[in-house]
Amino acid sequence: MARALINVPAKAKRGEIIEIKALISHPMETGYRTGPDGALVPRDIINRFICTYNGVEIFSADLFPAIAANPFFSFTTTATESGRIAFRWIDDRGQAHLETAEIAVE
Amino acid sequence: MSRNSGSAGTSRREILAAGAGALALILARPARATPESMAAAIKAFVGEAEVREGRVTLEIPPLVENGNSVPLTVKVDSPMTAQDYVKRIAVFNERNPQPNVALFYLNPRAGQALVSTRIRLGDSQNIVAIAQLSDGTFWSDKAELIVTLPACVES
Repeated sequence: MARALINVPAKAKRGEIIEIKALISHPMETGYRTGPDGALVPRDIINRFICTYNGVEIFSADLFPAIAANPFFSFTTTATESGRIAFRWIDDRGQAHLETAEIAVE
Repeated sequence: MSRNSGSAGTSRREILAAGAGALALILARPARATPESMAAAIKAFVGEAEVREGRVTLEIPPLVENGNSVPLTVKVDSPMTAQDYVKRIAVFNERNPQPNVALFYLNPRAGQALVSTRIRLGDSQNIVAIAQLSDGTFWSDKAELIVTLPACVES
């Protein structure tokens, strides 16, 4: 259901600081809005976002309803070795998603 | 004549009083700038530690048209070495239904303490970013902004 755009440079020099961007398609329903029937729409947000680099956590975030719909994150990491950068996020319905990107470090 | 000038005097006094009252209202607004909920959320994050201003740069547009998606960048002046790095960055708001916005966990591998996201704002308000460093100190920056079309109005 949820799709994501992940932006990781395909190549980097060892020790270079690279910028990682993630844009996730998600309604981020706050739980404060009323639906067409007048009842509150139950909260459904991505509450946790984790980024790992070859299995080691490099960035994570606890999120609240004040994060905009289709959340966007940008952060940095040091390119240490070639491998896989993985992005995991979990929403209030318990749905977990995984996206990965490969990076070649020379 | 004297009566006339007397009544004119009273009305002028009334107008002046009303004007002073309105001015007092306008001036009084920033005084209630820190609602208790945000102070409580900040206290839950920092505990008893002292929060100092500086080292943190909170970048957010001062005038926002659409509160549904407001770009926000937090930058912390830190070498990001194993001895001295930013552990956590928390963002708080005053007037949304909840005081918390996000909590980011960083480590020395980040190379620099720079995080961007997009947030929702329900009203014109102050935003506070607080960074926790590896030595246990807390640093903060604050930004005041005006939102012309707040989030959550369409419901």
